[in-house]
Amino acid sequence: MNVKRFVFSAVTIIFSFILQSCVFTRLSFGGIIPNLLIIITASFGFMRGEGSGITIGFISGLLCDIFSGSVLGFYALLYMCIGYVNGKFARIFYPMELRLPLLAILGSDFTYGMVCYILLFLLRGRFAIGYYFLHIIVPEMVYTILVTIVYYPLILLINTRLEKDEQRSAKKFV
Amino acid sequence: MSPIVKKKGERFTLPSKYVLLILTAVCVSLMVITFNTDFSGGPLRDVVGVVIVPFENGVSAAGGYLKTRSEQLAQIRDLLAENEALQSQIDELTIENTTLQQERYELTYLRDLYALDSEYEDYEKIGARIIAKDSGNWFSSFVINKGTNDGLAVDMNVLAAGGLVGRIEEIGPNWARVLGIISDNSNVSAMVLSSSDHMIVSGNLSTYAKGVIDFSQLVDSDDVVEGDKIVTSNISDKYLPGILIGYISTISNDSNNLTKSGFITPAVDFEHLEEVLVITRQKNIPAEATGQVEEETASEE
Repeated sequence: MNVKRFVFSAVTIIFSFILQSCVFTRLSFGGIIPNLLIIITASFGFMRGEGSGITIGFISGLLCDIFSGSVLGFYALLYMCIGYVNGKFARIFYPMELRLPLLAILGSDFTYGMVCYILLFLLRGRFAIGYYFLHIIVPEMVYTILVTIVYYPLILLINTRLEKDEQRSAKKFV
Repeated sequence: MSPIVKKKGERFTLPSKYVLLILTAVCVSLMVITFNTDFSGGPLRDVVGVVIVPFENGVSAAGGYLKTRSEQLAQIRDLLAENEALQSQIDELTIENTTLQQERYELTYLRDLYALDSEYEDYEKIGARIIAKDSGNWFSSFVINKGTNDGLAVDMNVLAAGGLVGRIEEIGPNWARVLGIISDNSNVSAMVLSSSDHMIVSGNLSTYAKGVIDFSQLVDSDDVVEGDKIVTSNISDKYLPGILIGYISTISNDSNNLTKSGFITPAVDFEHLEEVLVITRQKNIPAEATGQVEEETASEE
């Protein structure tokens, strides 16, 4: 991993986390905020492969754990697995194609919501799955996908630039 | 060549499934450690204090500035009209104030007489600003801009507008995370102010959409009614006694006919929290607390 890529990943994670916890909390609709960390975890997964998905997911999740989790490591594991699964789609990913990213991010956010519900709520005897599905999981998915339409092209743009740079410098040394 | 380490040029890379496996083991052990011991991050909390919190401070300050600016513009017209109405109200209030001041003297005199504590006015408090909210949609916690450097510690009680907001759950050098009483994983030992009947107040994500949280395990003799004040109980080991939580909005018998449960409207408006007060005195400081109790009972005798 070169310096540029490292800086880009670190800045993206910190920027997304702050955007999510400081800015979007003021722009929430009915108390629901979008999940930017899922967007970056999934996008790095299918853009860069499993390794990147795991790393970005792990760090994003760890941030969530420190600032909002009750046990350290829960969100880290969840985001990491989401990043890994998205990394599997790297083989069928083309930058010009928008359907795969949207579907992957939607699926990731749905998985995230369901796992959170089952492990954090259902196991404590909160059985009203219909309520949580309609009032938390689905609104979060909708808001996240709306934000994705603006946020994802930015990440993609910077990523393609970096990839071009890397290819060029690789050619130079051949 | 071993299956784990592939050679790609001169760089060694580990296949991602092994990375996943290792990090999963790390996560699971972290979960077990934090669940079973007091360890909660250690150096990680200092790192985020340096990397994340300064940005959050800046963003929330900028956001607060923009918000007040836009509100100022929108409200100027309303304010002009309101100003007139308020002017006339000031006249009324000045008269009322003088009578109230007289009554206050009387009250302080009577309080001294009965050696009553003037509720939680005496607790030493520190003001703090909320700089970030929970990054998910499932729980209600938030981050404030003060930490151990300002003399705060875990389990200190947090107030706003006279009511209980929650307690500090996790802390770093310049930040602290407050778990709100409305959060789904929060339970507070409480009591009815009028009858001192104990109960458990628990946050609930689904009922809070209607502005209420749950209470349960209330044992009483039919004298608790809707609208009664609920305060933190004297048997809680984390919350100082007598802090207002809210008011009973509905109450019903449980199916066991022994206990009652229902809903409470919190005294604090959690949607529009910007600043909070942290009480720097903690519930269990044994030496000081027992000393005071002994003194009080001695003087009563």
